Amino acid sequence: MSKAKGKSKGRAKTTASAAAPRSTSTDAPTGSPPVSDRLAPGQLKAQIEAAVEGARIEVVLNPAVPGQSSLVVDPAHAVAVARFLRDAEDLKLDYCSNVTGVDWPDSVVEEKVVHPERVEGGERTVEETIRHRHPGYLEVVYHLYSIPLRHGPVILRQRTANRVDDTRVASLTPVYRSAEFQEREVYDLYGVHFTGHPDPRRILMWPEFEDHPMRKDYVEPDDYEYEPTPNAEVLGKARRHYPMEGTE
Amino acid sequence: MSKVTPFPGQAESGGGADQAPGGMQYEVSRRPGVTDEDEVLEVAVGPHHPSTHGVFRMDVKLDGERIVSLKPVLGYLHRNHEKLGEQTSYLGMMPYTDRLDYFCSLTNNWAYAIAVEKLAGLQVPERAEYIRIITGELTRLFNHACLVGFLLHDMGTMGTPLMYAFREREKVLDLFESLTGARMMCNYQRFGGCRNDLPDGWLDEVSKLVAEFPRWLDEMEQLLTGNEILIARTEGVGVLSPELAVSAGVTGPSLRASGVNYDLRKVDRYGIYDRFQFRVPLGEKGDVFDRYMVRVLEMRESVGILQQAIRDLPGGPVIDPRARQRNFMPPVGEAYGRIEAPKGELGFYLISDGSRRPSRFRVRAPSFVNLTILEDLCLGHTLADAVAILGAVDIVLGEVDR
Repeated sequence: MSKAKGKSKGRAKTTASAAAPRSTSTDAPTGSPPVSDRLAPGQLKAQIEAAVEGARIEVVLNPAVPGQSSLVVDPAHAVAVARFLRDAEDLKLDYCSNVTGVDWPDSVVEEKVVHPERVEGGERTVEETIRHRHPGYLEVVYHLYSIPLRHGPVILRQRTANRVDDTRVASLTPVYRSAEFQEREVYDLYGVHFTGHPDPRRILMWPEFEDHPMRKDYVEPDDYEYEPTPNAEVLGKARRHYPMEGTE
Repeated sequence: MSKVTPFPGQAESGGGADQAPGGMQYEVSRRPGVTDEDEVLEVAVGPHHPSTHGVFRMDVKLDGERIVSLKPVLGYLHRNHEKLGEQTSYLGMMPYTDRLDYFCSLTNNWAYAIAVEKLAGLQVPERAEYIRIITGELTRLFNHACLVGFLLHDMGTMGTPLMYAFREREKVLDLFESLTGARMMCNYQRFGGCRNDLPDGWLDEVSKLVAEFPRWLDEMEQLLTGNEILIARTEGVGVLSPELAVSAGVTGPSLRASGVNYDLRKVDRYGIYDRFQFRVPLGEKGDVFDRYMVRVLEMRESVGILQQAIRDLPGGPVIDPRARQRNFMPPVGEAYGRIEAPKGELGFYLISDGSRRPSRFRVRAPSFVNLTILEDLCLGHTLADAVAILGAVDIVLGEVDR
């Protein structure tokens, strides 16, 4: 027993990575530019568009938290962009922390326009309301961090064409395994279809459930208790295995 | 015989002797005329099995005693926590966060408060930061102690280590009750500070507990760490390579047991963790034993952090008087705030449209993401090992299903 104990004590080691606060061992390697410059969205956009042919990146600024602006990637190049971000020497964003969906429903923005109108006996100003209709879309958000360089987050977004019949985006599970369950959850709750996902099933709701409950226009059912179960199928299977007397 | 593949869903059939992830070779002899499919046994472990820590099911396919497929089935406790977030005010969501990981309500509160503070640009008084660290590290202490107890309980030591751990947990819960009024659902952190100041004599009780805790830990380690049965059951079981751990987003003690030095208390230095001296324990092999050992060592480091925090606790207010709680309306924008919860990275992602309710409220639950590679860890092992592997993942279903 004492031998085993000595062995086990030696196995798990501790690092003295923070003997002093803000020690260099926990900071990014010296000589590299400060983190804020390296992950500035404008520079990332240029870097990605130079490296991935045909990728179109759009920067979405975040007014509340300046360090958390995001990059919108077109689904056709999303996998290539993610692979570049993961493998680039100065980025090494190898850890995809959070994957989630956001629903942006159709919105109508009213704009008031004032223009002069000629009437009998002179001119008067007329106020007119113009309604701009913005079609809605679903969005998938990825928060990427780097474990070796200890920086982040870089926020990637993919947008679907609309909310109804074309809700496809590219799955990043081949690049980041951590997206596997989280993309299943986004499919389950928002109805985003991930092309290239190895196991696209529901995960939190039951398989027979039909709607996507996190959408903004989801209507709750009248009867919460109703839950279709695959009883008939299971019983049929059991009957084939164990034929009961008198039933055949 | 179906070949064991590291990535389910991209299986390719192949012949020859099977190579389990742990490097074990095994052959199966069977009667002539019996096909591989006939020999595979499907077992549903759970949802009401004691070793699944709640309502959680593993659909396992067994070839003899070896696991050839394992599909986690979740959602029995799903109540669409995130939809509730969109229908409730910012402060109104604070008590709901207690119910995520119902073991560690104070760290859940803390993570949510950090996300909101980031969104609204609030400052936290120094005393409140210290109180947050004291309550957070106390939570980590008893969470790890109970995890060790549950792990041993799953492996067959019925009750004893678990009850030892629960005895320690009771002491911490009594302290939480005198501080917050509730033992488990504490609802204590507020945006820009804490709800109330420490009661008289509370700090003395904490320092007494912290002083006594290492003795309990020594006793526990004397029973367990060198125990031959524990080593036989955990060594080389469920080995997780650092590459897969990083790619799969595994966080917390499981990641560090694989040798990846990534602790958010060091990386983000949220709160005032940069003032504390502590070390990050790392494992070498990434098996269940390392996950056990990393947790034991983390408890020892937490004791050190608690002693420093009790020593340095300053006076002053515990909440920023300008921080509004009711009718709280942060500016338009989004924020992702994360902390090192006892189970891993707990993150809250909020999108504000400037109204009293968040437009999007997302919880990045550590044990949900840590379950992603459960199948990879279990393939080729026996069902009894799968129970130990699941026990070391440290899941709480309130957080997994949300």
